Amino acid sequence: MDSLTSAASVVAAGLAVGLGAIGPGIGQGTAAGGAVEGIARQPEAEGKIRGTLLLSLAFMEALTIYGLVVALVLLFANPFA
Amino acid sequence: MVPLPFALPLAELEVGQHLYWQLGNLKIHGQVFISSWIVIGALLAVVVIGTRKLERDPGGVQNLLEFLWDYIRDLSREQIGEKAYRDWLPFIGTLFLFIFVSNWGGALIPWKLIHLPSGELGAPTADINTTIALALLVSLAYFYAGLSRKGFRYFEYYVEPTPIMLPFKIVEDFTKPLSLSFRLFGNILADELVVAVLAFLVPLVVPLPAMFLGLFTSAIQALIFATLAAYYIGEAVHEEHH
Repeated sequence: MDSLTSAASVVAAGLAVGLGAIGPGIGQGTAAGGAVEGIARQPEAEGKIRGTLLLSLAFMEALTIYGLVVALVLLFANPFA
Repeated sequence: MVPLPFALPLAELEVGQHLYWQLGNLKIHGQVFISSWIVIGALLAVVVIGTRKLERDPGGVQNLLEFLWDYIRDLSREQIGEKAYRDWLPFIGTLFLFIFVSNWGGALIPWKLIHLPSGELGAPTADINTTIALALLVSLAYFYAGLSRKGFRYFEYYVEPTPIMLPFKIVEDFTKPLSLSFRLFGNILADELVVAVLAFLVPLVVPLPAMFLGLFTSAIQALIFATLAAYYIGEAVHEEHH
């Protein structure tokens, strides 16, 4: 791998994870806030809310993970090297 | 494919290092096969031991198996629906248990004690080939479910509610396995990497919370994979008008 490609790959890997974390971060915050509101309004529904929240948080997290997969491919299995 | 430039006492951080077996023209990742066989063996052993002497008042392993069965039945009944869930229960259950035991096995069993000439044993689901195989199985399963239940009427689903949706529904058939496999692979590999990097920086105590978080997310990922597989099958067998 020549040095320009490796430098570009490392920067791109950082950007892929960093930018990819913004959207899901906002989304997870909104979802958790909604869940807390729901529990405050209806404490007896806590179990059900928690289950749904965890499932949807994992879905949002998957979006960051896609960025991470791209970053890992760039770092460890770079197709342009 | 570069190994990271440091070694750890209990787990080496190696991405893209494999134990290659030559099978005809194919190069296969031996360490994934070995750890999958261990997972499959462990599952079979537990199931055989748990069902050998069935009792009316379950205890021990039988109790655990019945709990798991109830859990998986509720999951698939909720997603697939009352009519068809019984046919797909074994498939969903196998997916869930295999992924769950793989994820936890990869984190909990000290694989480093088994020495391999190259590569390292770990969770089979941290290899993209395993997760893509599982995701393609799910794709085949929901096509089969839809076609066998509805015949060619299954393809009406592609033009409902309007034919404008057709390209999106076709693209969806490709993105479903893609996102299923990437989600599982990325999560498991990310857990392993986070723990390995923390253990490299501070070898004691500090990686523990990350390990617990890893166990938690791996369990959730197994649940999500099984839930989504059941949901896709349920979508395929669902009858619109009755």
